Amino acid sequence: MYSELVMQHFTNPSNVGVIEDADGVGKIGNPMCGDVMEMFIKVKDNRIEDVKFRTFGCGAAIATSSIATEMIKGKSLDEAVQLSNKAVAEALGGLPAQKMHCSNLAADAVRAAIDDYRSKQKDKGDKQGKTADP
Amino acid sequence: MSERRVIYLDHAATTRVDPRVVEAMLPYFTERYGNASAIYSLGREARQALDQARAGVAEVFNCSPKEIVFTSCGTESDNLAIRGVAWMNRERGDHIITSSIEHHAVSHTCEQLEKQFGFNVTYVPVDEYGRVDPGDVEKATTDGTVLISIMYANNEVGTIEPISEIGEIARNYGIPFHTDAVQAAGSLSLDVQELNVDLLTLSSHKFYGPKGVGVLYVREGLGLMPVQTGGGHENDLRSGTENVPYIVGLAKALTLVEERREEESQRLAALRDHLTDGVLSSIPHSRLMGHPSERLPNNANFVFEHVEGEGILLSLDMQGIAASSGSACSTGSAGPSHVLLAMGVQPSVAHGSVRMTLGRENTEEDVDRVLGVLPGIVERLRALSPLYAG
Repeated sequence: MYSELVMQHFTNPSNVGVIEDADGVGKIGNPMCGDVMEMFIKVKDNRIEDVKFRTFGCGAAIATSSIATEMIKGKSLDEAVQLSNKAVAEALGGLPAQKMHCSNLAADAVRAAIDDYRSKQKDKGDKQGKTADP
Repeated sequence: MSERRVIYLDHAATTRVDPRVVEAMLPYFTERYGNASAIYSLGREARQALDQARAGVAEVFNCSPKEIVFTSCGTESDNLAIRGVAWMNRERGDHIITSSIEHHAVSHTCEQLEKQFGFNVTYVPVDEYGRVDPGDVEKATTDGTVLISIMYANNEVGTIEPISEIGEIARNYGIPFHTDAVQAAGSLSLDVQELNVDLLTLSSHKFYGPKGVGVLYVREGLGLMPVQTGGGHENDLRSGTENVPYIVGLAKALTLVEERREEESQRLAALRDHLTDGVLSSIPHSRLMGHPSERLPNNANFVFEHVEGEGILLSLDMQGIAASSGSACSTGSAGPSHVLLAMGVQPSVAHGSVRMTLGRENTEEDVDRVLGVLPGIVERLRALSPLYAG
């Protein structure tokens, strides 16, 4: 059912875990549907310096999370935000049809983490702006 | 790893055909291949084999051979029973009673009668163990009820339903009663007189017989409209040239499991208890689904909170262990098991279900191997899960 690459990422996923002082956190999915992904990023000079994930879900959900972290690590935010669920599935050598929608959410999680980082930066900027101009 | 024998723990899905069954079937492919309706000796041989098979099944059911209808599978038997009775009694009423945990062969057939043929269907609930309350069935009856269909034992969680009591109620109200007994063969009594049933479904491949053949018991005098029409085979209830080798195989398999039913059930129940005790004591946040005692001797169904069943199945498979899950991801359906949901299990928890169904070839060593690897598998997946606090 799954490609060998999917099974490799399921068995030995890359970048598993939590970044306690993450700059951005993306959490998507819903335990009711059976898939929840959490993506943590550390950003330096607009690049993804480090990334970790935790996933509740099937083999495909775990494998897509794992390969997505590999695909964005070291990339600029502008590049990483372009990652699509389709590209993630293709990088894994394809996914079974019924998995394409429910378990292929890793790119959404990446985007959610980047959005979170950017909105935090904006908040910081706003606050800094306020302190600079009392 | 590949050297090791696969530990097959999915006997509720299908079973290995007994070599004695294969042997009984073989002559009817190439030697005694006649059409059982033909008048010459090849045909008579086939007819005789068919008669013997019918008599063998009737003996196990404690019924008359003419009440036995051979079909192509359990699903067909369920379809014939439900649609056949519903269509036949359309003038009399439009109400059907079934349960919320039936196999799709029953539930989807009822849904079609609802949507396409204007029937009303009551889906009686189950308790947290998956048991139907006969009182609920009685309360659901109306003057227009033409059929009650409640499964004998549930395929996912193994819970045994109070069929005999429900049958008594059905009889008091004069309502035909069907049971899908597909999971019960080899484990529970199939005596249709004791069970008070009018229609009973079996599928050969669940009891070490071949796939592609099933049987429906139809109580004499019960009106049934055929779903498949043609040359009038099987007492005019199921047309189509009889699949003699497979019918011979079904009857042989049923006779063989029935011979050893009680001792094998005891053996499997002991193995299952060993598995259950081992899993529940070594894996935190795990629960047994289904009834603690009123369950099939070979069924264990667990939920492991905070993990998804498919990941466990894939990991078990890598250790050479074959099991199944009620999780949406492994079944390709839209949501988690309708059976677990009907039992009131939270959807997020139902995703972590794993079913292990034991069979003839399983040993204590097999169970110990499962107990050796399963805690580590669940632990690894929990470490990956954002839902697990540790």
